[in-house]
Amino acid sequence: MTVPTPTPAPVAPVTTHPAAAVVARGVGKTFRTRSGEVVALEGVDLTVAAGEFVSLIGPSGCGKSTLLRLVADLDEPTSGELTVFGKPPRVAREGQDYGIAFQQAGLLPWRTVRANVELPLELHGVGRRQRAARATELLEMVGLGDFAGHLPGQLSGGMQQRVAIARSLAERPSLLLMDEPFGALDEMTRERMQTELVRICAESGAAVLFVTHSIPEAVFLSHRVVVMSARPGRISQVVPISLAATASRTDGTREDSAFFADVTAVREALHGGATAARGVDLR
Amino acid sequence: MTAAAVRRWLAPVVLGALALLGWQLFVQVSGVKPYLLPAPTAIWTQLVTVWPLVWRSALATGTNVLVGLLLGALAAVGAALLAARSRVVDALMSPTAAALAVMPIVALAPALNTMFGTTTTTPRRLIVAVVVFAPVFVNTLRGLRQVLPVHRDLLRAYAATPGQLARTVTVPGALPYLFTGLRIASSTGVIAAIVAEYFGGLQNGLGSRITAAASSSAYARAWAFVVGAIALGLVFYLVTLAAEQAVARRQGAP
Repeated sequence: MTVPTPTPAPVAPVTTHPAAAVVARGVGKTFRTRSGEVVALEGVDLTVAAGEFVSLIGPSGCGKSTLLRLVADLDEPTSGELTVFGKPPRVAREGQDYGIAFQQAGLLPWRTVRANVELPLELHGVGRRQRAARATELLEMVGLGDFAGHLPGQLSGGMQQRVAIARSLAERPSLLLMDEPFGALDEMTRERMQTELVRICAESGAAVLFVTHSIPEAVFLSHRVVVMSARPGRISQVVPISLAATASRTDGTREDSAFFADVTAVREALHGGATAARGVDLR
Repeated sequence: MTAAAVRRWLAPVVLGALALLGWQLFVQVSGVKPYLLPAPTAIWTQLVTVWPLVWRSALATGTNVLVGLLLGALAAVGAALLAARSRVVDALMSPTAAALAVMPIVALAPALNTMFGTTTTTPRRLIVAVVVFAPVFVNTLRGLRQVLPVHRDLLRAYAATPGQLARTVTVPGALPYLFTGLRIASSTGVIAAIVAEYFGGLQNGLGSRITAAASSSAYARAWAFVVGAIALGLVFYLVTLAAEQAVARRQGAP
């Protein structure tokens, strides 16, 4: 409704990166535990285009977080091939091609909110003045400009999570990896954060790989929702979201009939994947 | 002072006053010999008389404690940093710390006196350092191992070097544990410094004065120095406790 952004065309981000943000080909991950081998992921094929918002949804143990960790190079795949902007994940991580946020805000409790947002910039040798300017800008963006000097312990869970998101955006990444970042928030805060994230992503043109448990959340945020099933973790279906362009999604979108139609589509894919896989395949 | 603070201080002060009163009455009524147990009033009189000497002795012993505490803590933190980084060092250091923790200062003091001579404070400071090492080492090492998985993942995502990980996450995270170790070590450090003076050498500290007064049958005077020793122990305990709480508050603890 009220979008005062002077950004010209939404086509721009796609052309800045010729390579897709994430390409997975037959990716698998097997964990060795004391009680034997556990197949967390098997035969995952997925492409996330530059500037695209893709959610991973599925029951616990379907490997959605594992897939995200593989993309982030926090773990290594045991099979298949994975590239991030055409590079191996390790090279992408060392080149700081992505920003990351977890379910826990993971702020350093002894650093002020500002110093937490500045952390990645500080680690990568950005000068003091530039760091301060960027942190101010980001904290304004997540609505915490007045809390720059506070310690994380003085903030609510929702505010801490906003700081974590500001931190993940500090280096203007072209890819955002988010592992249930709103999982621990109450419903009201959660919806507000989703609306904010949609706006931020539209502004920055970053691709997003977003892990969630919530169907409405996945539908509201995404261009495509990847539905996964467990044991072994694999992609059971990809549901394209037919809603309006993500940039124009607002709170009103949640009451749109198209929104409900997409929620239903994802729910059926999710439940079909567990009970009647064949029926889903025919759709 | 707020009502809550008054209530917190009132109970122990009243208890202490009652105990002193009971002590005084017991000594007067039972007629117990002064060399067995002097009356609080007699001790107080002595304390006022020898006050300059108590103060100087407390300063001398206090300096030994402070130097030993810093030496022992520095060594312990250095060892903990190495042990946290390498399994081999850990396997070497942890048994050493355990051995130091159970080492009797009563046995160590005469040995160190012989090594360094009796005209120097070095053996006393070393004894404090030895006593301080174990609690600081064990606590700091535990703190260094407390890195949250989410912080580890985050710093890996940032491609942080091991040095950066230590500077931004591991070491700041271990600070509260280090200060807990210091608080525990400070009391035992004071006791060790005083006991170390019982085995000859310089006659400038509280421990030396207590033994000297006792050996010349000036029991009330010996007790006056004991009061000084209690005060010295309390000072070290309260200062390290305040530091521990200040650090914990800074880390977001309630």
